[in-house]
Amino acid sequence: MNRFPFSAIVAQDEMKQALLLAAVDPAIGGVMVFGDRGTGKSTAARALAAILPPITAVEGCRFGCAPPDAGTCPDPCTSKKTAKRAVPFVDLPLGATEDRVIGALDLERALRSGEKRFEPGLLAKAHRGFLYIDEINLLEDHLVDLLLDVAASGENLVEREGLSVRHKAKFVLIGSGNPEEGELRPQLLDRFGLSVEVRTPQTLDARVEIMRRCAAHERDPAAFCAEWAPADAKIVRKIAKGRTRLPSVETPDEVLYDASRLCMACRADGLRGELTLMRAARAQAALEGADTVKRKHVIAVAPMALRHRLRRDVLDETGSTTRIERAVAEVFG
Amino acid sequence: MTSPDAPPAAADAALALRAFALWPAGFGGLWLRGPGPARDALVERLGSAVRLRRMPAHIDGERLHGGIDLAASLAAGRSVSRSGFLEEARGGVVIAPLAERITPALAGSVAQALDHAEPAERFGLVLLDDGAERDEMPPLSLTERVAFACDLGSAAPGDLASTALPAPLASPAEIPACSAAGLEALAAVSLALGVDSGRALRFAALTAGASARLDGRDFVQESDLAAAARLVLAPRATRLPPPPQDDADAEPPPPPPPPPESDADTPGDEEQEDNGTPDPDQLIEAAAAAIPPGLLEALADGRTRRGAGSGGGARHLSPLRGRPLAARQGLPRGGARLALIDTLRAAVPWQALRRTEGETHSGLRIMKDDVRVRRFEARSASVTIFAVDASGSAAFTRLAEAKGAVELLLAQAYVKRTEVALVAFRGQDAQLLLPPTRSLTRARRALTELPGGGGTPLAAGLSMVCTLGTGLARRGYTPLLVLLTDGRGNIALDGSTNRAAATEDALKAGRAIAAAGLAGVVIDISPRPRPEAAAVAAAMRARYVPLPQANATVLSKVIGALA
Repeated sequence: MNRFPFSAIVAQDEMKQALLLAAVDPAIGGVMVFGDRGTGKSTAARALAAILPPITAVEGCRFGCAPPDAGTCPDPCTSKKTAKRAVPFVDLPLGATEDRVIGALDLERALRSGEKRFEPGLLAKAHRGFLYIDEINLLEDHLVDLLLDVAASGENLVEREGLSVRHKAKFVLIGSGNPEEGELRPQLLDRFGLSVEVRTPQTLDARVEIMRRCAAHERDPAAFCAEWAPADAKIVRKIAKGRTRLPSVETPDEVLYDASRLCMACRADGLRGELTLMRAARAQAALEGADTVKRKHVIAVAPMALRHRLRRDVLDETGSTTRIERAVAEVFG
Repeated sequence: MTSPDAPPAAADAALALRAFALWPAGFGGLWLRGPGPARDALVERLGSAVRLRRMPAHIDGERLHGGIDLAASLAAGRSVSRSGFLEEARGGVVIAPLAERITPALAGSVAQALDHAEPAERFGLVLLDDGAERDEMPPLSLTERVAFACDLGSAAPGDLASTALPAPLASPAEIPACSAAGLEALAAVSLALGVDSGRALRFAALTAGASARLDGRDFVQESDLAAAARLVLAPRATRLPPPPQDDADAEPPPPPPPPPESDADTPGDEEQEDNGTPDPDQLIEAAAAAIPPGLLEALADGRTRRGAGSGGGARHLSPLRGRPLAARQGLPRGGARLALIDTLRAAVPWQALRRTEGETHSGLRIMKDDVRVRRFEARSASVTIFAVDASGSAAFTRLAEAKGAVELLLAQAYVKRTEVALVAFRGQDAQLLLPPTRSLTRARRALTELPGGGGTPLAAGLSMVCTLGTGLARRGYTPLLVLLTDGRGNIALDGSTNRAAATEDALKAGRAIAAAGLAGVVIDISPRPRPEAAAVAAAMRARYVPLPQANATVLSKVIGALA
């Protein structure tokens, strides 16, 4: 399959940056992408998943267990062999039922042999990969609750239909939506780690470039992908380096103070803002190849980590990004 | 294509149809608005060339995605799987009748299939949209993914039925590419019309190429670009193109001589027909001429392309009535009704297990976990709450007009199934003159009896409206607040005559309305628009409409557009 290459996406730097951070540290807790249709949201997410190096999993495991975790899934997997598989990318359709998402009784087995067996759902499929939900603001509330809960705990717990099953489900949750078509409840928004706003570039050159690349990709997908393969490979290497570096990145106290002061200055609700800000800053430092987190890393990720946590002020119509920039200027001069 | 007059709709539709036939998976599909002979002719023509499959709007998830066929499995004693509709449709063309009724859930699944990475795995989608009003349209996630939009409501079929369809291309590389100048022109049109989707850009470039190919050329010329702008970009316009510089007079049709700036670096203005250096301004004009007329009105109204359907409120789940949704696990209490079939279906797979585990009496064993209840999705009724400023400052100028508007709206309420409530504030406090009702007589009487004069307890009026609105919202209605005032409150919440405190209280009450998420509109009925009413509107996050020359008809039109 020749998907549109990640590095060939024109502009949209903030979205790409947020996705890279989430790839380096999945614990950041998901990315929410706000924007109109046709701004390359799903293209970027899919492209990133497609270029990541394959993961190693226990052979034949339906839950995608990593080799050290062998036997921890409900099946349980017993194979000593391992196999490579592509990083999972699950595209959750709006109409998905709860059964399909969390898994359900395996009807086939139940009918044929009267055997009680769990049929993994989309959450199991997304383990160690990405779960993408377009128009998350239109998804039924109870499903969004469930997804965020699993994304936060990294575990899917099924207690229904006489089944009692738990399995690992660690994934990067990527939601997208157009706020004008329906808001996401603030409580849910807060649980996303990062949020970015995307818009189609408003310059002539960028638009021409978009059309040119789309046409080239359509004309000959294989050649187009080959052309961009080196750039994609560079990104993959950057992510891999960032991942290995992340555990050793140090966080000095003064940077922690910086983060707290920034959160207070823009009156971000809740502690989650500070925690995510620090995590994202660490990932940013790792991605840049730094050994310690510096103030500039905090500033670089502040808009995407805090934007969706600002309290709504009815009299202040300024956009949240501007408010954060203002706070940055206030705190750090 | 230098003429600003758009060709007849049927001719454009024929072009769209032929381009679509070249590469159905690449163009995504057609969005055909308005039933009529032209549309029937087009579909018939398409059906004679490719395999069409109809997708009913009520198709369920099981059928869509496939899975285990329960009935067949039980009969056969082994699992029988059934392929899903989306899978079966691959490589063909799907016709979606009543496309304006497609639910977001169904649209999501179909959109995903349209986005498949391999073009061979996708299908073309033809949306047959019977929506009568601008608000009723297919889900944006689908209209976004089909290249062409044609309004065939009033078009004559012309020779649509006999349009010669080209054979599908073997490879998309056979579609000629646009020159750099051509792409630039399309980009300029997209910017001018406020088309912000990357997909639209892609479709536009592709359409220009397809138009050239259909004409038997291997290069793209201006007429191709104009066709792309008309067919792809114009229907997606979100704003009107800015008037062409300063030399634009009151009459747009005669195109001004080529603006010197854009042509300074391109030689040969004369040969624009075929030298591939198009003039963006002319393209924009051609596209603007093709913008559907309804869109202009909507833009002039300041309305966006979404909004609640007429007469209907927001959708919500209801255990009792509405459109049926999938049953959910749960016990039939609190008004929910038992979904017998779904309960049985949930219980059936377990019978073999339960028989081995449990005691040996025959018959179906149904347990608590199996029980399913029905759910419905209902559109909540909308209630328009009028808050009329009947104080001395407002009364003498506009009260009669406000009364007239309320009456007109009430008459519409029968048609649109909305209800109306009336709050008046004057003197010391606010009064609920009319609780939500559809009764014309009661409302008329309440209105006629409404006296005018006295102070302006704006804050009291707003807080009463807020209480009423939130209460209605909680009971499942969708309230819309219409505040008719001049915004000059002079009675504070505590009843004292203090302009500063009254203004502060009014703004506070306004913010409470915004916080409660109630939609509204503030109509400034002072003879000259004043900042006070605008401030109240801002606090309420409501639309502000100054109506210096309002009369009942204009008022009801403004509100009717919002309701």
